[in-house]
Amino acid sequence: MNATMTPNRVTIQEAAPVKKTAIDDVVLDCKVRKIHYGDFLAVRDSNVPIARKQITGFIGPSGCGKSTVLRSLNRMNDLIDVFRFDGQVTYHGKDIYARDVDPVVVRRYIGMVFQQPNPFSMSIFDNVAFGLKLNRFKGDTHEKVEKALRGAALWDEVKGKLKNSGLSLSGGQQQRLCIARAIATEPEVLLMDEPCSALDPIATRQVEELMLELKENFAVALVTHNMQQATRVADKTAFFGVDMSAGGRTGYLVEMGDTDQIFNHPREQLTRQYVAGEFS
Amino acid sequence: MIPVASMVDDDAAMAAAVRAIPRLERQTFESRALKSGLLTTLTWAAALLAAVPLFSVLYMLVVEGGARIDLEALTALPPAGFEQGGGFGNAIVGTLLMVGIASAIAVPLGIVAAIYLSILGAHTRVARVSRFLAKVLTGLPSILAGVFAYAAVVLWMGSYSAIAGGVALGMLMLPTVVLTAEEAMKEVPQRMKDAAFGMGCTRSQVIWSVVLPTGLPGILTGVMLAVAGAAGESAPLLFTALFSNYYVSEMVEPTASLSILIYNFSAMPFDNQISLAWAASLVLVFMVLIINILARLIGQPKV
Ligand SMILES: Nc1ncnc2c1ncn2[C@@H]1O[C@H](COP(=O)(O)OP(=O)(O)OP(=O)(O)O)[C@@H](O)[C@H]1O
Ligand SMILES: [Mg+2]
Repeated sequence: MNATMTPNRVTIQEAAPVKKTAIDDVVLDCKVRKIHYGDFLAVRDSNVPIARKQITGFIGPSGCGKSTVLRSLNRMNDLIDVFRFDGQVTYHGKDIYARDVDPVVVRRYIGMVFQQPNPFSMSIFDNVAFGLKLNRFKGDTHEKVEKALRGAALWDEVKGKLKNSGLSLSGGQQQRLCIARAIATEPEVLLMDEPCSALDPIATRQVEELMLELKENFAVALVTHNMQQATRVADKTAFFGVDMSAGGRTGYLVEMGDTDQIFNHPREQLTRQYVAGEFS
Repeated sequence: MIPVASMVDDDAAMAAAVRAIPRLERQTFESRALKSGLLTTLTWAAALLAAVPLFSVLYMLVVEGGARIDLEALTALPPAGFEQGGGFGNAIVGTLLMVGIASAIAVPLGIVAAIYLSILGAHTRVARVSRFLAKVLTGLPSILAGVFAYAAVVLWMGSYSAIAGGVALGMLMLPTVVLTAEEAMKEVPQRMKDAAFGMGCTRSQVIWSVVLPTGLPGILTGVMLAVAGAAGESAPLLFTALFSNYYVSEMVEPTASLSILIYNFSAMPFDNQISLAWAASLVLVFMVLIINILARLIGQPKV
């Protein structure tokens, strides 16, 4: 499933140089030792490498820390006062949690799509152009906006009304607008936290198709509660569990592997039970 | 043999016997309906009663003031004692000037303060104290703002002036601007701010490119309401701008205003002055009305 099936879409070309290697080309190497909210140990010991040209799915029961780990990958959690991260997230050989790293800059390279569609209260065009302006983009903004909207499979629906408010779109269109906004600046990595949970099945399919196209150029990390979605789109799947032994509910990575392996031949008993729907 | 139709009838009778069919028609004379009707009538009456003073004032203004409004009234200088004709052009200019000065002080200061209260230091002690003080200030008798500006500006500059009047009005506008702007910016959804942070905005970029533009309609509504309130004030101007029979030519001299002109002329024993006071009132009300309508238009949510 790719651009050839939907000829009217143009995928964004060449976000990053492509290495032709058989092994995974890890672009964001996340090694969590401990993540605290205040005194509460939310996540421990989880290594989740995010590879280029792949979708890495995060699954696991509610509260196991999927969002927490995902939001650690672009330092979104820094906005929460009590958040403390112990570990490393290596991006191009640099730990983004190093002292001299500016989290604001990190977020420009590692884009994020949220669970709830959250377009700005401005025109569709300005929504997509927002990141370009932010990065003082000097080239042809119109071209970039069109490219991003095509990339998000939204162009045909909005090309006649780019001046309308982004909030006037339907929920599914808003979410695709947010994806367009995130990919307009061509970040290398796209983090998506349950991007389809507010969408109907048709819009969900559209966004899924879109993710499959996006992975040609971006590394995508996707949190999902939907097992079918994980099997449909994820190349790699990371399964998180909850460990109650220490008193609190601490999330940790149970196992990670090819999606096919996780769902069909899980190594861990816990994974087997979870993917079979035996607990939640 | 029993005909089919009668079997159906039997079934219907059975059903009716088991469960009485509810009467859905409106029962006008049932006690519940009567009570509700009575209440509705009462609220109607109260609303009408409350509107009576407003409409009678408006009616008088239009009848009495409308008769006197012409180009002369809008542009000429106030007449002296037994003089005929004249107008209040200088008072219109003076009011606009002082409201302008007041806005120039209160709007930027108020919005910046609101940014602090709503975003930067929302939960700090400073914010709590100043929010409380702003609320207290909204209830400040307007004459005290005049007294303050008299002490702070008039005594210091040695003269009544448009500046002193503007400071007094600005002081009255400030709390309204601060509180409405804070509210407007607080209403900007957290997820919009998250989106902006996620794009790699610094805090000030989030404020400038997302929070302020999104909250702008609400902020402007507050500003307009504050302006409308200030335009109609007379008490704070008594001590600060005083009055003048001439067009304002410099900032540090007594300055005319519509509200003071109305106050002065309405107490005079001359018909000419009294009719001018009516006309000036109509102009003032009209100005406030326009500002209020603008506030409504701006405040409407855009989709
Ligand atoms: N801002 C916060 N402050 C304190 N604790 C938090 C905060 N955000 C999350 N937590 C805690 O961290 C743990 C993990 O939360 P997280 O949102 O990462 O779970 P999740 O796996 O994404 O769950 P879900 O599937 O329901 O979205 C939870 O126990 C939660 O209560
Ligand atoms: Mg979550």
